[in-house]
Amino acid sequence: MTPRPLFPFSAIVGQDEMKLALLIAAVDQTIGGVLVFGDRGTGKSTAVRALAALLPPMRVIAGCPYACAPEKPAGLCDVCRGGGKRHRAALVPVPVVDLPLGATEDRVVGALDIERALAQGVKAFEPGLLARAHRGFLYIDEVNLLEDHIVDLLLDVAASGENVVEREGLSIRHPARFVLVGSGNPEEGELRPQLLDRFGLSVEVATPTDLPTRVEVVRRRDAFERDPAGFAAAWAPEEAKLRRRIVAARRRLDDTTVPDAVIEQAARLCLSLGTDGLRGELTLVRAARAFAAFEGERVVAAPHLRRVAPPALRHRLRRNVLDETVATTRVERAIAEVFGA
Amino acid sequence: MTGPAAWADATLAAILLAVDPDRLRGIVLRARPGPVRDRWLAWFRTLFPESVPFRRLPPGVGDERLLGGLDLAATLRAGRPVAERGVLAEADGGVLIVPMAERIPPPLAARLAAVLDRGEVVAERDGLALRHAARIALVLIDESAGEDERCPAALSERLALLADLTSVPLGEAALPDVNADTIARAQQRLRAVTVTDAAVEALCQTALALGIGSLRAPSLALSAARAAAALHGREEIGEEDLIAAGRLVLAPRATVLPAPTEEAEAPPDREPEDAAAPDRPPEGDDTEGLDPKALAEVVLTAAAAAVPPDLLSALAGAGPRRALGGGKAGAAKVSKLRGAPLAARPGLPRGGARLALLDTLRAAAPWQRLRQPAEAGGTRPHIAVRREDFRIRRYRERSETTTIFVVDASGSAALARLAEAKGAVELLLANCYVRRDRVALIAFRGRGAELLLPPTGSLVRARRLLAALPGGGGTPLAAGLEAAEALAEAVLRRGGTPVLVLLTDGRANVTLAGTGGREAAEAEALAAARRLAARRLAAVLIDTSTRPQAQAERVARAMGARYLPLPYADAAALSRAVKAVQPGQTPARAA
Repeated sequence: MTPRPLFPFSAIVGQDEMKLALLIAAVDQTIGGVLVFGDRGTGKSTAVRALAALLPPMRVIAGCPYACAPEKPAGLCDVCRGGGKRHRAALVPVPVVDLPLGATEDRVVGALDIERALAQGVKAFEPGLLARAHRGFLYIDEVNLLEDHIVDLLLDVAASGENVVEREGLSIRHPARFVLVGSGNPEEGELRPQLLDRFGLSVEVATPTDLPTRVEVVRRRDAFERDPAGFAAAWAPEEAKLRRRIVAARRRLDDTTVPDAVIEQAARLCLSLGTDGLRGELTLVRAARAFAAFEGERVVAAPHLRRVAPPALRHRLRRNVLDETVATTRVERAIAEVFGA
Repeated sequence: MTGPAAWADATLAAILLAVDPDRLRGIVLRARPGPVRDRWLAWFRTLFPESVPFRRLPPGVGDERLLGGLDLAATLRAGRPVAERGVLAEADGGVLIVPMAERIPPPLAARLAAVLDRGEVVAERDGLALRHAARIALVLIDESAGEDERCPAALSERLALLADLTSVPLGEAALPDVNADTIARAQQRLRAVTVTDAAVEALCQTALALGIGSLRAPSLALSAARAAAALHGREEIGEEDLIAAGRLVLAPRATVLPAPTEEAEAPPDREPEDAAAPDRPPEGDDTEGLDPKALAEVVLTAAAAAVPPDLLSALAGAGPRRALGGGKAGAAKVSKLRGAPLAARPGLPRGGARLALLDTLRAAAPWQRLRQPAEAGGTRPHIAVRREDFRIRRYRERSETTTIFVVDASGSAALARLAEAKGAVELLLANCYVRRDRVALIAFRGRGAELLLPPTGSLVRARRLLAALPGGGGTPLAAGLEAAEALAEAVLRRGGTPVLVLLTDGRANVTLAGTGGREAAEAEALAAARRLAARRLAAVLIDTSTRPQAQAERVARAMGARYLPLPYADAAALSRAVKAVQPGQTPARAA
């Protein structure tokens, strides 16, 4: 039996902030990942998996185990760099790699290819999930249940963009840059602060409470489950439209400017919230730029900043366990102060 | 719900699940061991053809058996890694029975939930990427006795049906006349059943009125209603089907009592008959356009009547939301399950050490050609594993840190600096939170020391207790140190690592016997401090006196603690000092 087909991204009802955060990460992959936390049954996993199907295919060097980009000679892996021959390019789907719970370290970072070692006596490296996720997405459902030693690995690689493997007499390093997407339910346990901080954007999802929205969600879900292929076909034009918007936004991204006044507003917002370090500011500005590009603008303006401030900042507030004020409220209050709502 | 109605609901739930296992995904069956439960399970099996696999999840199942892994025998025979399917893959297309479901740990619940969502089991382990179809329905048997134990919400949330056999006497448990053929006929009709907007609205409205937040519930209810319609040979979901869905799917999830309607009486018991006579010809009176409002009213009334009574009593005391939670308890348990496996090392699997099969094979792999040079030509491949190849598993025993705060609340300390000391402790608490430590709180004043908070992960509680801590009285420092020593020992016995943070001005003036006398008290305090030092416990002494006192420093020296006068201790310094004495500060990978 084939696995269940995917629900189309554009058919997801509501959950605008979650969808926007994912789209921003699709437009600017350097945004630092997306964390989706919240109620059960809100379509967290559905949205992440659907994003994969939405993205346009990417160009890779044919046969490269690490999906190197042909147009970027600087970031090539050892295999592609050597030889000096011309590379043939191929189009492949953007990888969205699931990091399943219970994954062992050797599968995450890669290890000696035991099959080849046993059959041929060859000491070859078998790339792991991090290699597979390069230039794509690494998705961890129930990220708060991930074992600590795997979290440590991820943090290390995500920070350096490179996976260094020293095991079983192998010594390998290869590029591993990916958008980390995590989802989870806070009731299952807290997320380690180091990991929390690593995510560029964080979204809180809640179940819609108004009847018409709920009816629409149930109706679409039902239509999809009854006839997945037909449902996908019906939504194909919407999906194509959204895909074109992402492509256009990516192209526009480098030319989208951020006026000094906007940067200053971003800084003031971060100052008034007391976020640690510059990562908050940087993410805020980057997300605003990606959002502006997605909206078809060439210049980032205050509304873009306001829209992305909650997902860019709410998880960066200095966490005071003892203060029960909800992070989102604090961000909104600061926005009102800075922008004078 | 009385016995017969509960049994009728439970059997109808079984039938519906058999009709559409793929969409209903399973059932949570509250039932103690006994003949009623056995009868339900045995009969449930007869609703499926012989060929459909039924598997039972072994309690305490590991990832290897659950998800699959390396097949040792086959791997050695074949000379290459051979994967073995796990229980989930074996149950593909069938049913997985999970006993004692209320004890499923969150990590296992998450793995099962992922399989329910994807219809396949995906694992990355033992050098293998495993991917097997696993379309399964779960039967979670919830044997919980108390209110605080329930199936993990992550799972029950995804399963359409919930039934309760706890109040059914065996005499009432009559089996409906339904078999695999009836089910097969209903399955053939399933795809043709149409859904009206009114039906969707009625279920959504009912869910809202019952305070059910998740949108999976009305979706699953709709699927249940469709299965019921197919069972009764209806081409369109009718009122009775919605009522059945309301009772079986929505009612058990209720978190509020709906506002009473004019006719809040329970509807007559129709379901048992329906279940008993599923082949009854369609009545044909539901097909005309139904007013969604009126329909929702009917479904809600029926569902409200089926809301379990114990749930309502539980709700009376609880807040409006999260009443069904029970998930919180898992948070603390998870961390204990997270071990940090280290790289395997050479050694023989004995004395409790377990063989790291894959690493052993990896070690043996490069030598195979050398070891069996001439054996080619027809002989079956095998792997020559030698003694030096053996690798054994190692785990870093990650002992949990418990920071024991020992606070001097005596008059001398309290009057001057207690408030500041409290502030300092709060900073440290936040620090502990970040590192998921446990904390404990001991206070000493007057005649003795008191354990205010035994080791806990709840820092909010620690803070509250601390804020409420009154000051005044003598300084029984020795008693405080003794209490700290006793607690530290208890922590060590449990495999934890204690860290002491002592806040005092060091001016002991009450002896262990509870009598005054500065000299004797100080001598006793120093003796107690030296006993602590002998135990080599990590400790910090924060001097809370207005000016650094010789006494406090002397006590710190005696107990081998870092000495930190509070006037110089700003937030950063405090946190650095405590960090410095805490173990495991190096990143995990460097260990």
